Amino acid sequence: MQLALFIIFGLLAVLGAFNLLAQKHPINSALSLIVVMMSLAVLYFSLGAEFLAAAQVIVYSGAIMVLFVFVIMLLNAGEEEHTDDSKVASIVGFPGAAAVFCLLTFVFLKEKATLGFSHLESALGGAVSNIVEISHVLFTKLLLPFEVTSILVLVAILGAVVLARKEL
Amino acid sequence: MNPHTPFLIFLLLSIAKIVVVLVITLTAVAYTVLLERKVLGRMQNRWGPSRVGPFGLLQPLADGIKLFLKEDIMPLSVERPLFILAPLIALSCALMSIAVVPFGKATPVTIKGVTVDIGQIADLNIGLLVILGITSIGVYGIALSGWSSNNKYSLFGSLRASAQLISYELALGLSLVGVVLRAGSLRLRDIVDSQSAHGALSWNILGGFQIVAFFVYMMSAYAETNRTPFDLPEAESELVAGYHTEYSSMKFAMFFMAEYANMITVACVATLLFLGGANSPFGHLFDHVLNNAFFNFLIPCLWFVAKVFSFILLYIWVRATLPRFRYDQLMGFGWKFLLPIAMLNILATALALAFHSTV
Repeated sequence: MQLALFIIFGLLAVLGAFNLLAQKHPINSALSLIVVMMSLAVLYFSLGAEFLAAAQVIVYSGAIMVLFVFVIMLLNAGEEEHTDDSKVASIVGFPGAAAVFCLLTFVFLKEKATLGFSHLESALGGAVSNIVEISHVLFTKLLLPFEVTSILVLVAILGAVVLARKEL
Repeated sequence: MNPHTPFLIFLLLSIAKIVVVLVITLTAVAYTVLLERKVLGRMQNRWGPSRVGPFGLLQPLADGIKLFLKEDIMPLSVERPLFILAPLIALSCALMSIAVVPFGKATPVTIKGVTVDIGQIADLNIGLLVILGITSIGVYGIALSGWSSNNKYSLFGSLRASAQLISYELALGLSLVGVVLRAGSLRLRDIVDSQSAHGALSWNILGGFQIVAFFVYMMSAYAETNRTPFDLPEAESELVAGYHTEYSSMKFAMFFMAEYANMITVACVATLLFLGGANSPFGHLFDHVLNNAFFNFLIPCLWFVAKVFSFILLYIWVRATLPRFRYDQLMGFGWKFLLPIAMLNILATALALAFHSTV
């Protein structure tokens, strides 16, 4: 079951990502990105991280991508014109991406034992909510980073207000 | 016995549950339309639909046949794939969230060794988040329909709708936090159970002191479903019909059904979170009356339906009473009034709970 979900939605995520690059119209690209986000959410869910999956859907597909689509619609952006390919990208692109991919695979395989894993069956059958665990860790061990992040977000909001308001 | 048989039985039972709930929901959608036309009619001192069937009760059927047989006109300059996809997204998202709603008491039924709960389709421990997530995906139906129609009125309608939905989703989400804090869980069944002790007195709207949250929720829910007084996305005096101007036949019907299905979902969530779900308002006072398995399942379901019905009636009443807001008033109301109030409510609830638990 977990393997089937992984294959289907992993493939969907990869196809969505390629489609994002291939599409000429920004709104089609944005929709492909939504497909990628939703597939990632299913993958999180299949790993037993249901809260992360819900947060992924609500925050990324539901809020951030809506804003993307909204801005594209508001600006009425047309199809993008094809420009000359950048030389650097065509030479370094594929080897660079392959190198990053190899590095990530190496790190994950090496640290496999310490990263830990879970199965869908245990997550669905055990009915232990990991929301409780997440909130416990977030408000005890990781309280300082959590609060610092909230200050960061506040600063970002204030910055946006300052940039948007011309007369101050 | 085949090792896969329990799974297959579970699958069949689940599909049966989904079909039953879907049929009931779609019928409810059709009759909510009729109810709205009837009640609006009576409030404006006229009869409403009264010709088809007794008291006009077959009107939804006639409307359905009419919409189904109409010619499906598609303008030439629309963005075809998205134009077709948009009503599908709108309707499927509107109908999907009913899957996590516990409409009755937890009633396990065992058939051939497989136990299923007939009071709910899927019992998830992130039920509330699932509903919020599906609602937030539903925006794409409206946004894409307006954009792909290639019509300025449609585009304006969908821009208004998207901006309105993004703004009011914050207030809506924050108004639910107080209830979640009280129940200590995101599972809808737990939230309902946390209000079951003393009948109506322990519902979140009364005994839970979440009445402020209820009003914030109600107003943002009206805005989320594009209903009066926040129906600017389809303001007919300015935008023809808003985002679904170019749609006809079944595609229009899908948007129409999606709007009413969203109303029902919102009413279900209000019932679950603030009005005690399927619990009787009299608590356990009349538990000994009609005490057998059948009625123990049926009566909570009827209470649930009654609560959803009264919330929908409130919707219609508001539509008959209030005029439309101006757009800047709508935004100001959401951001400057509802959002701070929802935050204050969270603060007050959290403080009260912290104080209560230490004493």
